[in-house]
Amino acid sequence: MPLDASFVGRTWPAETYEVALEKIREFATAVGADDPVHHDRDSARAAGHPDVVAPTTFAVVFTWPATKRVVDDPALGLDFSRVIHRDQAVELHRPLHAGDVVTTVVAVDDVRELAGNDVVTFRCDVTDADGEAVLTTTATLVGRAGGDDA
Amino acid sequence: MSALADAAEGDALEPRTATITRADLVRYAGASGDLNPIHWNERVATEVGLPGVIAHGMFTMALAARYVADLAGDPTAVVTFSTRFTRPVVVPDDEAGATVELGGKVTGVADDGTRTVSVTATHGGKGVLGKAVATVRVG
Repeated sequence: MPLDASFVGRTWPAETYEVALEKIREFATAVGADDPVHHDRDSARAAGHPDVVAPTTFAVVFTWPATKRVVDDPALGLDFSRVIHRDQAVELHRPLHAGDVVTTVVAVDDVRELAGNDVVTFRCDVTDADGEAVLTTTATLVGRAGGDDA
Repeated sequence: MSALADAAEGDALEPRTATITRADLVRYAGASGDLNPIHWNERVATEVGLPGVIAHGMFTMALAARYVADLAGDPTAVVTFSTRFTRPVVVPDDEAGATVELGGKVTGVADDGTRTVSVTATHGGKGVLGKAVATVRVG
């Protein structure tokens, strides 16, 4: 079943997320990022950051739920029970740190069919409270064809 | 100077072995908010046709990004990281877990010193990340 190609270029209402010190610590611990700039405010400040710094892929904490909201939009027609995460990219314009209040806008960059599978590329543009670009993530999900149950 | 700041185009980076256990997956699930049961529940994983519980692709990506950042000597050095998830990392229900071999090669040095690094991650001799590329600001 082909997806609705008119979704390409569409964006969804922005979501706001407040980056907290303890969440950065928790995520850094989970991925084994033990550098003190992820855990200790004084160390982060000594290194020139305003507060503890998030590891490279931390943004998934808020970009994935924002993307999932779009994935779950029944109008798109993607069967999430059969979805595979195929590609992921992150581009950081500056380090993300505790205290940042960021806004994520999700856009559908591409919808195509490949060997009977639905392939959708989602982009998340993340800006800070001043409206400055912080980072961009891109995720390509594949909805596997065949079968009609979960 | 870090290993990456000293590296020239074509240089291979010192490899690293990362270990992923079930406990790591549970911790990552909680920290990331990705509670998909295929990453912690054997029954659900096998019901959907997987050989067993598999690591989150984003967890493997995080380990690869940290590997590159460590070589750069700066946790904020990795400014872009892109990858394809080519094969799952199956994580057994034991203390040893699964091992992922990480490696890298400098494929470009820009005028400002920024390195482009082609990153490899293999599990059981097969690549689990494809076309993995990091852009790293050094110095």
